[in-house]
Amino acid sequence: MTKILTKHFDEPKLHELETYRKLDGYKGLEKALTMAPADVTAEVLKSNLRGLGGAGFPTGAKWGTVPPLDKVPGPRYVVVNADESEPGCYKDRVLLTRAPHQLIEGLLIAAHAIGAKEVFIFVRGEYQNQYDIVAAAVKEAEAAGYTKHARIMMMRGAGAYISGLDTALLETMEGKKAWPRQPPPFPTVAGLMGKPTVVNNVETLSMLPFILREGAEAFAKIGSAKNGGTVVFSVSGHVENPGVYEVPMGSKLRDVLALAGGVRKGHTLKCVIPGGTSMPPLMEKDLDLALDFDAIRAAGTFLGAGGMIVLDETADAVMVAHNIQRFLAHESCGQCTPCREGSYWSEEIMERLLHDEGTDADMPNLTRVAENIQGKVICALGDTVGMVTRAYISRFPEDFKKRVAENG
Amino acid sequence: MAKRVKFKLNGKEIEADEGRLVIDAAKDAGVEIPHYCYHPALGNPGNCRMCIVEVAGAPKPQVSCRTAVREGLDVKSDSEVAKRAQTSALELHLVNHPLDCPVCDQSGECGLQDYYMKIGQYQSQVREDKQHKGKRIKAGEHVMLDQERCVLCTRCTRFVDDVTKTHELGIFQRGHTERIELTPGMTLDNAYSGNVVDICPVGALTDRDFRYKVRVWYLDKTDSICPGCSRGCNISVHTNTKRPWHNDGKRVARLKPRENPDVNGYWMCDEGRYGFGNLDADRLGRVLRLKPEKRDISWEAAAAEISAGLKKAGAAGLAVVASGLLSNEDWAGLKALFVDELKVSKFYFSAEPDQLGEEDALLRRKEKVPNLMGGEALGFKSGSFDELARDLESGKITGLYVIDRDLAKVWGAERAKALLGKCSFVVFQGPNKGGTGDLASHRLPATAYVEEDGHFTNFEGKVQAYKKALEPIGDAKPDHEIFGLIAKALHGAPAEVAA
Repeated sequence: MTKILTKHFDEPKLHELETYRKLDGYKGLEKALTMAPADVTAEVLKSNLRGLGGAGFPTGAKWGTVPPLDKVPGPRYVVVNADESEPGCYKDRVLLTRAPHQLIEGLLIAAHAIGAKEVFIFVRGEYQNQYDIVAAAVKEAEAAGYTKHARIMMMRGAGAYISGLDTALLETMEGKKAWPRQPPPFPTVAGLMGKPTVVNNVETLSMLPFILREGAEAFAKIGSAKNGGTVVFSVSGHVENPGVYEVPMGSKLRDVLALAGGVRKGHTLKCVIPGGTSMPPLMEKDLDLALDFDAIRAAGTFLGAGGMIVLDETADAVMVAHNIQRFLAHESCGQCTPCREGSYWSEEIMERLLHDEGTDADMPNLTRVAENIQGKVICALGDTVGMVTRAYISRFPEDFKKRVAENG
Repeated sequence: MAKRVKFKLNGKEIEADEGRLVIDAAKDAGVEIPHYCYHPALGNPGNCRMCIVEVAGAPKPQVSCRTAVREGLDVKSDSEVAKRAQTSALELHLVNHPLDCPVCDQSGECGLQDYYMKIGQYQSQVREDKQHKGKRIKAGEHVMLDQERCVLCTRCTRFVDDVTKTHELGIFQRGHTERIELTPGMTLDNAYSGNVVDICPVGALTDRDFRYKVRVWYLDKTDSICPGCSRGCNISVHTNTKRPWHNDGKRVARLKPRENPDVNGYWMCDEGRYGFGNLDADRLGRVLRLKPEKRDISWEAAAAEISAGLKKAGAAGLAVVASGLLSNEDWAGLKALFVDELKVSKFYFSAEPDQLGEEDALLRRKEKVPNLMGGEALGFKSGSFDELARDLESGKITGLYVIDRDLAKVWGAERAKALLGKCSFVVFQGPNKGGTGDLASHRLPATAYVEEDGHFTNFEGKVQAYKKALEPIGDAKPDHEIFGLIAKALHGAPAEVAA
């Protein structure tokens, strides 16, 4: 299978500049610097690169909304969102550890494209190791003269899941509580310190060296329609070989499962959470689903950030939903009421179910509360609170009913 | 001028300024959309999610506090979708609310109660335990904080961040454990702290001096003007006369600011808000002759004796001490009696250290009296109190008429006593005795501003009316009526005394 980001992961010293350069490293940046910034953006748009942090927004289109320097002069920034905290996702951790220069090269290409003189890498607070590795790589890149057009600065998160959301991340960077903003204006118009800011995920930016080096068409060709290139899944749960697997966009769920060795021996598949615990699970009938942003959306869930969790028949949907809801209640930023109160309430009801103290009213009530949260909140975390409850109740009603019956 | 556009609200076509928030445009059209976090002076963070409306063409319901009016917009605040969203937001606000209404001072004027009655009235589905947070936290001199009742609308933190810029309150922790707390090392002690009680839509921030005093539904509310400085903040006087055994027997329960964008916006200062203690304490209610011996006399007798005393002292021997506490009506009465009739030329009413204080850029003015402008507008000019002291010392002044001014605070108690002792004829008139009341030969009870109708002219020349909220104490009369009685007595006419 075609690999882009993990192609050279067998090289033990890939994180060092010397090795990275030997493997065509920084050739994409060199090419980009010979091009006009608008042409770089056009190339990225043509490549069908989608935002791999979870939203799947076309990267070139996002850059295109940054007001041009002659219209809005003044600083503009690129921020790398390396605040990977979605349960089940660890592909950014691996990319930061193994291929920091790939990210830095991509970041410097993005900086050139939008005219940013200052760029930031915001690393999840718990990723101390990765921070050190990237910081060392930044020093190497500086010494090698790659950062003449844009200075790289690094920041660390303070341990909040919500700061992985772009606007909450910008608030954190400004020293404030990580409370999501409510666009408009979008960050590309008014982001960090009110200046135009592009926030891109680690994986997204890491794709840029290939796109510039090999051309947009080569990248687009790898993926499916409107979903260029590859996607990196971090597979965990009830599989034989958990790990990070890079596949072309549009690969079948069945094939990704096969790469991870399939469901553990002697067990049958219950469901697959495709992109991290916030995403509604896929079922056995979805095994031939093409994994790209558009096809998966049509199946009622999201590709998310590739944090694939495989669950076999031993998993209990109430325990799974409760576990996710507990996480969301813990991580709800508390800004808007439906998420702040609703995540807590949903978790508490599910906790009661777990203790076999459920009543007939609980399932309809959980669904009702979930409906009252989803679509009424400020950010995606809040929507997730409602979405997760509804997804597990609708897909596994028997697991929930059992908890009520046991109360009898 | 903003462009006027037409948009639809609940199926009805409405005209509004383009860009005006839907929640405001709806209010202009008489449709109140529920909300907690939005406040016209504090912005629209859109966190309470109470003001959700259905907007045609939008993929999901929108908060009306962040939706701008534009031509052709089609908004429904009363559709099933909108009503369910509003009711469910209320339900979620109440998940962790302690529902301690029976012991909450906010009861009767609480956003949670009001909206529950208006759009709620559902059967509670909450069977789970509630989150416990801090109660009875003394946030400052005037304000009590109850974190459990809080709906985290952030109005108070925005007030201390954006209006006073003092940052005493913040939001700590996150999710369902989130709470309003004092910034470490700080207390809520800015000069405008009481306003957080007004803007708090629930019982999380309450007045410490109003705590457990009287139920708000027993209070009467009267429009008034704060007499605390020359700003003339528009206020509402909340009086308790229906349950006299409540509120420690005091008639005035609290003062609240009234919105006036041209004068005070939505705010008032703590000095004004909590400085009403003298309305019910140390009040004068009897007409007294104090010399040679103390005895009650009638208004007729007092007017006759005082008019005789004034005549005897003569224009040259008379001086009048007043202050900016007089209403425009009182200044006019003062002019009619002392300038037009008695030809007195010596008036002393300037704000001295007894009536000067702190000022700031928000509301507070350094002259702590409401109506110096009213006197100046009628041509009164204040002499200096030093000059008055010299004239009293030298015996040049033999008759002194003091209106609601504590000379003990101007000159010090000893000196005031010595100077007034040199004067054969001293009249004191006012609502409170102060340090001058006992030094007079006649003492007349006057009404406080809450006991009369009148007008103050603020430092900008704005004339504002205040209304009578309470009956006078005892025989007290408005200052200008007292001047009228004396003026009549001067002409030998029998004084007309209102029953």
